[in-house]
Amino acid sequence: MSLLGGLLVFLLFVQGGQSMINSLSRKEDEKKLLVNALGRKWEFTFTTLVTFGGAFFASFPLFYSTSFGGAYWAWMILLFCFVLQAVSYEFQSKPGNIYGANVYRAFLFINGVLGTFILGVLVASFFTGSEFTMGKGNIAGLGTVGPVISQWQNPLHGLELFANLRNLTLGFAVLFLARTLASLFFVNRLSHEVLEKRSRKFVLYNGAPFVVFFLVFLIWTLLAEGYAVDPGTKEIYLEKMKYLHNFIEMPLVMILFLLGVVAVLYGIFLTVFSERFKNGIWFSGAGTVVTVTMLFLVAGYNNTAFYPSSADLQSSLTLQNSSSSEFTLSAMAIVSLFVPVVIAYIFYAWRALEKKRLSLDDLSSDGHTY
Amino acid sequence: MDLLSASAVNWSRAQFALTAGYHWLFVPLTIGLGLIMAIMETLYVKTGDEKWKFATKFWQKIFGINFAIGVATGLILEFQFGTNWSNYSWFVGDIFGAPLAIEGIFAFFMEATFISIMFFGWNRVSKKMHLASTWLVFVGASLSAFWILVANAWMQYPVGMEFNPESVRNEMNDFWAVAFSPVAYNKFLHTTFSCWAVGAAFATGVSGWYLLKNRHTDFAIKSIKISAMVGLVAFVMLAVTGDGSAYHVAQKQPMKLAAMEGLYEGKEGAGLVAIGMLNPAKTVYNDDVDPYIFKIELPKLLSLLGYRNINAFVPGIADIVDGGYTLQDGTTALPFEERQARGRRAIQALADYQTAREEGRDTDAANHETILRENYAHFGYGYLENGEDLIPNVPLTFYSFHLMVMIGMYYILFFMIILYFIYKKSMNTTRWLQYVALWSIPLAYLAGQLGWVVAEVGRQPWTIQDILPVQAAASAISAGNVKTTFFMFAVLFTGLLIAEVTIMVKQIKKGPDTTTTDEA
Repeated sequence: MSLLGGLLVFLLFVQGGQSMINSLSRKEDEKKLLVNALGRKWEFTFTTLVTFGGAFFASFPLFYSTSFGGAYWAWMILLFCFVLQAVSYEFQSKPGNIYGANVYRAFLFINGVLGTFILGVLVASFFTGSEFTMGKGNIAGLGTVGPVISQWQNPLHGLELFANLRNLTLGFAVLFLARTLASLFFVNRLSHEVLEKRSRKFVLYNGAPFVVFFLVFLIWTLLAEGYAVDPGTKEIYLEKMKYLHNFIEMPLVMILFLLGVVAVLYGIFLTVFSERFKNGIWFSGAGTVVTVTMLFLVAGYNNTAFYPSSADLQSSLTLQNSSSSEFTLSAMAIVSLFVPVVIAYIFYAWRALEKKRLSLDDLSSDGHTY
Repeated sequence: MDLLSASAVNWSRAQFALTAGYHWLFVPLTIGLGLIMAIMETLYVKTGDEKWKFATKFWQKIFGINFAIGVATGLILEFQFGTNWSNYSWFVGDIFGAPLAIEGIFAFFMEATFISIMFFGWNRVSKKMHLASTWLVFVGASLSAFWILVANAWMQYPVGMEFNPESVRNEMNDFWAVAFSPVAYNKFLHTTFSCWAVGAAFATGVSGWYLLKNRHTDFAIKSIKISAMVGLVAFVMLAVTGDGSAYHVAQKQPMKLAAMEGLYEGKEGAGLVAIGMLNPAKTVYNDDVDPYIFKIELPKLLSLLGYRNINAFVPGIADIVDGGYTLQDGTTALPFEERQARGRRAIQALADYQTAREEGRDTDAANHETILRENYAHFGYGYLENGEDLIPNVPLTFYSFHLMVMIGMYYILFFMIILYFIYKKSMNTTRWLQYVALWSIPLAYLAGQLGWVVAEVGRQPWTIQDILPVQAAASAISAGNVKTTFFMFAVLFTGLLIAEVTIMVKQIKKGPDTTTTDEA
């Protein structure tokens, strides 16, 4: 799950790109090239999001029911802007699209900004906590609140997450990370001198705020109280600097995390300072996958409640109380053995289509343009 | 026990129905056209005839326009299980989540990956590789449908699981029983053929329009040839698998069958209503009002379809609520009150089990668990108030079912006539038939929607048959919140549908592009 989460955050570069189509390009043909470069990748992000949802459902059904049913509005707005994205590539340049290309590009922009930002805020709540209670006995009428197991305690149903400053810092960090990755992607993919130059500048403009927001979130979280689980009694309690302790007690996770961060920064720095370096996306992309994966591990492993409740500590979700049965998890593990096959054909497809960089001339000759 | 407010539950149901209804406007066409364009491209690769390539590319364009919006509505459906049916998500997520995850990993990635080769790879990969990609898009889409329908079939006929009172949920104990339940594969076949049917009806209708306008006639005849053959196979197979569906419904969801037929009083050797009109004066299931204003019946056929025996007893709505008739296994059906009492006993035993465990009284807990297991088959009845809660909306189920069957019959005849005229080489001069083809398109869509109405309205009040009714499955959110998102989605989907239709109309008016050259 953590790895899928990591992949998803990397693939958000499509959203990042969508949020800067207008600021990066001056002319219509430049915009068109950017839209098409991203348009050939949007399905990957979307498919990963769908798989992420399905895998979360299969592995942690209690998270699915608690977070989605509780933080209703945060998820609904996120979904809403992904619907906007799905149609926007295909529809925007087709005659008869009624609303005009600019509306669809605005949809892409909305998805680019909100999609990344909201996901960041939601992920941050894995560390900062949410206001819910959970009682499995409710279904047998043991509670006083009807049969529903998970009850969100804040009437804003997820909107209150945006009032937490620490959540917002990660929201902004993910947004600027996605934009940085998108700039790196453009540098790598486009055969267009002007856009490439501008993209290099954008790596810096977005990379710098990303680093700032990310560091603030990271340091704040490492120093803040975390949600620890007593392995004997299963009781959940607040522990000072819990996440820092997790890093120290899981040195491999810490090393990989740091390597991931270094790779992200390496990709950014080299792209900014060396004009011939085009492969920043691979370093920063791989670094993102590793870093985010490790961050998820820190949120849930080492006796930590991965989806904590600030309203009622004992309602917090842990890997033990919210995961699927061993049988289902083994079935899913067997299924995951096929993932390398999936990755192999995705890699093949990517290679087959990306032997050369995308230029304006390709748009007409490939037969399908957005 | 306090249940969720009916209004919040109903808005959640409405929202799911809205999303599923829209989803089902787009998906059948992508799967159906997926097959048609794969056959066309195969002919292109085999014969080298460029005209097949133009035809393939044209239908691919239409496919692409549909695909995006089908995917978007699908995403919303997946997440709605969590947002609006959160109790359901926990109670059966251990089983239900797996097919959804497998769908993502196996099927959806395949579809999405090879779609990009199909669209952008004409000049970038070999002809054969491109053809393989087009087929894989179709295979991926069909596999996707398979896993989703496995999930849906499981709700209608839960198998391969056991209730765990410790974790308060159902847990999977037999993956293959879930994946290859007879209900699942029959549902998959029936639904897949319905997709072929929509694709075929659409392609035939659009081609009919070209013939009417006397444009691209060669392309149109080629398209009709393929799509009419696909269409005839699809509708004949729909009848065959429809028979399978009826059989499973009779065995597993007798109330749904009774509602489909408007059958209130059961009988031996029951006939199938060919055409009929329900009596709106019938308001209570056990009043003495005749449920029909009129009906024409095919004698004995319902018993034969449902039980493979012309004299079998088919229980009516009143029988199922009041019990007392002999079931297939020789036992006597329990009345609602008894099932409700046993359901409540099961729920109470679960509560007692939980308390006993908390207090460390393990022997007591074991006793409560035994009571729970003995009564678990009736668990969901404990959440219902009275017998009438068991009855779905009869007129909606009845009319949807009969209209769907009539459209299916009509289409078998329609495609036979089309193929006859194609064989006689007079399709392009028979204007009336071209009109009929064009104006039949909506009927195929209507039949698909009606099929889902039968399947989903007919199984109310259950989210999981006999185990969890909708009242106990939804999230704890107020009706106001759900109402707001319902209207947000209604406006969004409708706006996108309008754009989609106008884009398709423009593309169709433009016609196939016959200028591109083959560089591969």
